[in-house]
Amino acid sequence: MSQVATSSTRTTGHSDSHLAYQNQYVSFLLDGQLLGIPVRSVQEVLNPQTIANTPRSRNEIAGLLNLRGQIVTAVNLRKRMGLADKGPEDEYMNVVVIGDGESFSLLVDEVGDVMNIPSEKIEAVPSTLDPTWKSVTVGVSQLEDRLLIILDVDAVLDFV
Amino acid sequence: MDDELLQEFLAESWEMMARLDNEIVLLEKDPSSEELIASIFRAIHTVKGTCGFIGLEKIGKVSHSTENVLGKMRDRELEIVPDSISLVLEGIDRVKELMEGLEATSAEPDVDSSELIERLDALANSGGVTEEVAADDLDAQIEAARLATLARIEEEKAAKEASPVEAEAPVAVPEVATPVIEEKKTVAPVVNKPSQSATKNASGEKEAGAGHSVVADLTIRVNVNVLDTLMNLVGELVLTRNQLIQLSRLDEESRYAAPITHLNRVTTDLQEGVMKTRMQPIGNAWNKLPRLVRDLSQVTGHKIELEMNGADTELDRTVLEAIRDPLTHMVRNSADHGIESPEMRKSLGKNEAGLLKLDAFHEGGHVIIEIQDDGAGINTEKVLAKAIANGVVSEQEAGSMRQNEVLNLIFNAGLSTSEQVSSVSGRGVGMDVVKTQIEQIGGAVELQSEMGAGTTVRIKIPLTLAIVSALIVKSGGEIFAIPQLGVMELVRVAAEDRSRIERIHDKEVFRLRDKLLPLVYLNDVLGLEDLENREEIDVNIAVVQVGDQQFGLVVNEVFDTEEIVVKPMGSLLKDVEIYQGTTILGDGQVIMILDLAGIAAQFVTDSTASSIDDSEKTTSGIELTRMLMFDVGNGSMMSVPLSLISRLEEIPQDKIETSGGQSVVQYQGGLIPLLGADGASWTGEVPDPQPVIVFSEGVQSMGLMVEEIQDIIEEELSIQMQSNRPGVLGSAIIGEKAVEVIDTQHYVIKANPDWFSQTSEVKSSHVLVIDESLFFRHLVATTIESDGYSVKTVATIDEAVLCLDKDDQFQTIIADVDSLGEGLEEFLATVKSKTGYENVSLISLSGNVNGNHEARALAAGFDRHLVKFNAKQLVGAIQEVNDRVKTVGASA
Repeated sequence: MSQVATSSTRTTGHSDSHLAYQNQYVSFLLDGQLLGIPVRSVQEVLNPQTIANTPRSRNEIAGLLNLRGQIVTAVNLRKRMGLADKGPEDEYMNVVVIGDGESFSLLVDEVGDVMNIPSEKIEAVPSTLDPTWKSVTVGVSQLEDRLLIILDVDAVLDFV
Repeated sequence: MDDELLQEFLAESWEMMARLDNEIVLLEKDPSSEELIASIFRAIHTVKGTCGFIGLEKIGKVSHSTENVLGKMRDRELEIVPDSISLVLEGIDRVKELMEGLEATSAEPDVDSSELIERLDALANSGGVTEEVAADDLDAQIEAARLATLARIEEEKAAKEASPVEAEAPVAVPEVATPVIEEKKTVAPVVNKPSQSATKNASGEKEAGAGHSVVADLTIRVNVNVLDTLMNLVGELVLTRNQLIQLSRLDEESRYAAPITHLNRVTTDLQEGVMKTRMQPIGNAWNKLPRLVRDLSQVTGHKIELEMNGADTELDRTVLEAIRDPLTHMVRNSADHGIESPEMRKSLGKNEAGLLKLDAFHEGGHVIIEIQDDGAGINTEKVLAKAIANGVVSEQEAGSMRQNEVLNLIFNAGLSTSEQVSSVSGRGVGMDVVKTQIEQIGGAVELQSEMGAGTTVRIKIPLTLAIVSALIVKSGGEIFAIPQLGVMELVRVAAEDRSRIERIHDKEVFRLRDKLLPLVYLNDVLGLEDLENREEIDVNIAVVQVGDQQFGLVVNEVFDTEEIVVKPMGSLLKDVEIYQGTTILGDGQVIMILDLAGIAAQFVTDSTASSIDDSEKTTSGIELTRMLMFDVGNGSMMSVPLSLISRLEEIPQDKIETSGGQSVVQYQGGLIPLLGADGASWTGEVPDPQPVIVFSEGVQSMGLMVEEIQDIIEEELSIQMQSNRPGVLGSAIIGEKAVEVIDTQHYVIKANPDWFSQTSEVKSSHVLVIDESLFFRHLVATTIESDGYSVKTVATIDEAVLCLDKDDQFQTIIADVDSLGEGLEEFLATVKSKTGYENVSLISLSGNVNGNHEARALAAGFDRHLVKFNAKQLVGAIQEVNDRVKTVGASA
């Protein structure tokens, strides 16, 4: 639980609605696995976008997209998590997140609901988890029919 | 009053005042601390100096009197007691009060400080306040001092009125400013209106103040952040405008067309307007220079006249900020290193006062700043010596460097040519930082210098950083922007002219007006696949300049030049050195802006980028060398001087045997090893018979297998590019083509690893070779080393003398008489005069076949004269003269 508390110290400028969003997570699918990130970290969700290639950049970087004149770096989350690529990068959904004052778009397969998960329902990361996954995960929650893995946005973006 | 100047003054002075308070209080507790008092004195002195400089008379006077008191305290002429400390504090408080007023109204407040000044002066002149002094006495003293001071003030006033211009020579910042800086104690104050100051007297002060408030009504101070935000918004607007225009082009009938055209115009005007708000005259970056130069002239004792032209040339404030430090550094360099001492200048027939000239002007969307001095110029020999000493260049490289290349070494870290490291400059961390800082903002630095005549530094910088002009190109199917500043020209080579693009090993080069331009394919840089067949299409080359490197960036397509808004890259892309930013095109597409410096650093090696100039000669006189040209496979041409070759043979393939993994052939009754050229791969069939070039040294021989012997050409030979590749000495332009010259020694050693151990024991003779031409130094060294001599090569007589001065003992000296020129006789005399060199054998070489060289050389005292270059003859001659000398020595 302490991990969740730490991650909630990040501010996104919505301090007044801080409490209301405290336990909410945007869920999305990546290679069949349900993942979630705190709603506070999410700026918006976009349909597939045109992504400009950035040759010679790191493999995980899909490219850049133009978000109303703002340039956003797109991170291919499948590659970041060590999964096989799905196909052309302009077919992914975009979860635009704010990390360290800059916007990034996480490319995911499908975006799901916003879920309300009380902090007591979040369990520690299983120690057997793949090291790459473990390094970006803050907790796991058992939903009725499946597991939700909660990611730490800052850790996801920290791969350079 | 110059607003920025004022702000800077206030910021700096507040800092000092805050420190002063503390320190004075500490001083009271510890009156014996010399460190403390010196620090206080310096602080108030700085404030006073700046006041004088920017014409703040009232603050200046108060701080001056306060400084006087502190000065006496420092010199222990005045005892540090609470009373005097209080008075000093009072002075400091008054300065603060005046500064507060100044900050609020941008003009010095109308506060009368004369009474305080009198008290301060009285204290300073009292020769000390002691506790025994009675109050009456003190009063009397003060009164006497006051009268004396008044008299002095009157005197000064009279002097001022008599020659107001001289006393207060105005430095009009926006206008042409030519302050003559001599060792005057007074600093010319800066005032806005020279006409006003010329008639200025005590009452004129109020007029000036009134003038300021008028100016203040017309201008407002705006926070820079507001301007930055505005600029960003305008950037967005420009992008949206571009998008709209793109859309409206699709539908010419659109009823939005007219409003979009209007929007376009307004946006352009708005962009210009906002840019203008951020523009500042370069004079703002210059305004500290008069003081700096004045201080420097005092420290160094150099007389310097500073001339500044074009101070009103405007630049974006970010650019201005970025050049401030480099500019200061360069002026400092010129004043300290460039301009000679008055005595020296006088003896050289120059004006005693050195001229330091700054020019700024616009040129094609850029701002050019020139810093020119008429000083000593840069001593390229010293630079080179230092560069060699510091390991920046090797001696070999140094030998083939041209004047401007040597000058550019100045920009290397750790090179400062002044022999004496002064407090002013000479720490040797300057010019490389200058260059980096200028290049960071997309600028370029050029250096010109003539010994004895002075140095000119030319800086080219963009007007603004936010919106730049860029060339839009396509490579590997994607679009990129290249900043226009770095692009010198565009060259299109039609597919049928592809032969103008030549290959040196695996690198392509293009001959552009006598220069070999290394080519870099942009798609290779980007790691993108080439979508088109290179051989069949026209080649688009963007000729790019980065520092002193020039190279050709090959792209598939060149579109337009566009004004693009530079947007920062995401943090995740910061480590990709080939980009400097991103931008959004009119259609909303995001593209990367290429960083030419980054590309040059990663993809252009030094040896390929050193621009190669046919017109300059590295050697004096014309030396023709017969070169054998041969094909080593793959159509790759190489060459070797004919004189190094023993024979050319054609050997049937069935005669070639393999022995211990080595191809050998029976040749003239013995076995000789055969080798192929390194890096060459056979295309198609192995030729039969096999052409072989045989190199022989003594009884040893080796054969180089080539695909085809092509030609023998007589050419003036100069190695133009060095090579790091084993087996290759460098490349030369032979018969209009770039051809690699092989290093025969490499193959000889490779074929006979024990070659040297066999021969080197026989002769341990030490040979010194003096030749200006790097190539011949190599060639001679190669030849005689392979014959068992140990060889030292140098390029000049000076270096040779240095070598002789060291404890090296040379038995033979081989010198190229063409490059030694006039100093020949003198050099020989020097050699002969040295102990241990009485019997040294001397051989002269000349590239000229004219007979008078031989006569001259022999007359000068050489033992033998040879015409360049016959290897066998040379080795024979060394042997012969050594034997002769030995016999002479033995019989003597």
